[in-house]
Amino acid sequence: MATRKANEARVVITGVGLTAPNGNDLTEFRKSLLAGKSGIQKFNIRYMGEVLAGVCHFDPLKYQKKKELRRGTRAGSVAIYCAQEAIVDAKLDLACLDKSRIGIYLGITEHGTVETENEIYEIKQFDYNVKYWSHHHNPRVVANNPAGEVTLNLGITGPHYTLGAACAGGNIGLIQGLQMLLLNEVDLALSGGVSESTGSFGIFAGFKSEGALAAHPDPEKACRPFDKDRNGVVVSEGGCIFVLERLSDALKRGAKIYSEVVGYSINSDATDFIFPSAERQVECMKLALNKAGISPDDIDIINTHGTGTIEGDPVECQAIREVFGEHPHAYINNTKSFIGHTMGAAGALELAGNLPSFEDYAIHPTINLDHLDTECPLNNLVINEPKKIDKVDYILNNSFGMLGINSVVIVKRFEE
Amino acid sequence: MTKEQIKDTILEIIAQIIPDEDLSNLKGDIPIREQVELDSMDFLDIIMELRKRYGIEVPEDDYMQLNTLDSSVAYLEPRMRDL
Repeated sequence: MATRKANEARVVITGVGLTAPNGNDLTEFRKSLLAGKSGIQKFNIRYMGEVLAGVCHFDPLKYQKKKELRRGTRAGSVAIYCAQEAIVDAKLDLACLDKSRIGIYLGITEHGTVETENEIYEIKQFDYNVKYWSHHHNPRVVANNPAGEVTLNLGITGPHYTLGAACAGGNIGLIQGLQMLLLNEVDLALSGGVSESTGSFGIFAGFKSEGALAAHPDPEKACRPFDKDRNGVVVSEGGCIFVLERLSDALKRGAKIYSEVVGYSINSDATDFIFPSAERQVECMKLALNKAGISPDDIDIINTHGTGTIEGDPVECQAIREVFGEHPHAYINNTKSFIGHTMGAAGALELAGNLPSFEDYAIHPTINLDHLDTECPLNNLVINEPKKIDKVDYILNNSFGMLGINSVVIVKRFEE
Repeated sequence: MTKEQIKDTILEIIAQIIPDEDLSNLKGDIPIREQVELDSMDFLDIIMELRKRYGIEVPEDDYMQLNTLDSSVAYLEPRMRDL
């Protein structure tokens, strides 16, 4: 066991703000996950026509003026909604806080793609004359835009930036916030990830050209990780921002504590642009377990990254079997099967969806799994129906991305 | 366009750019930016909208001509009367 850490060196989650294709707060999201409710729908996108996507239905005007919406980006809106909801959930009064000691760290898969496509589409009407190119373009596409819009909206003057980490972005935003708290750079971190990827035809078209865009007559059945009939990714938008605090601060103000972040790791495959590496995923999970000072048998729930691609899912299954054995103690689930791939938000959003397990002792399943692929054997996979268990102390969250970036986060039931 | 139509067009463009503002009491002879929250990027939106909708180019040296609603109408009238 790891040496007991001082409360100043422990970081806890004290607030959650999110928007997912099947819920606009944690309660609604959790309810959908336990009820098997998907958030995937038909969606029209420029040049491609009808595709399938996960679209969020939060009210952006809850926290933004119409002018802010017009000037900013969808990712900015998602981030503002999630940040504001997280602060409310954490019962924080910003007026009483030192706003220079709050940091905003958001994972993104990409940013600026949507805005650039829109501008090119716009100037096409003017025969590509660039004098019609918007003066709003640069502030919209700078990579810090989603986090920066949160500072403008909330008047936060501490550091803000995004972390470009492909589909591992959500976990990595969380990890960055934790590290900045441990370095005492900030007293409060708004950490997580966001995605506006559904606004970009190029992202859909790119997956299609790779042969990895999911298609199914029933949108809700399109995302089917580990199923032998899976055929790719469902592109989704979404966001999830956690309020992170050092335990000492959280206890001082009597905050509700969702969980403690006890382990994390980030590594790189260094092998391929797209195809993952089981070997490095194994290393990544082991690094996180070591950091948490626990063994694989301590983990009760594993939220898989599984995106529903032919190539990716078996690699993760192999890595999990290597770390946890053929008969793991941990139960294994998947959140993308409900909401699709929320890209930069995925790591954070999927972790959030599992956090209530500490209280309700339920595990949401992976849905749309009719015929388990023989390439994806996983014992203890929770299939199609939620499962009740007696003990939930540790949850491990996998999140991997293109260019071979791997991330793992382990959260623990909070106890003083 | 008549002067009245030009004025309505300008107001409609401004309303689109700053949709949260109430423009019903906008005075014609007082600088627009003293009456409503309209920053320099918003002002550039007005210039862009005139360019996109009507092909009107307002050179930077003439930006001050769009300071008030009245001066805007006066400046744009010769450019918009035949539209």
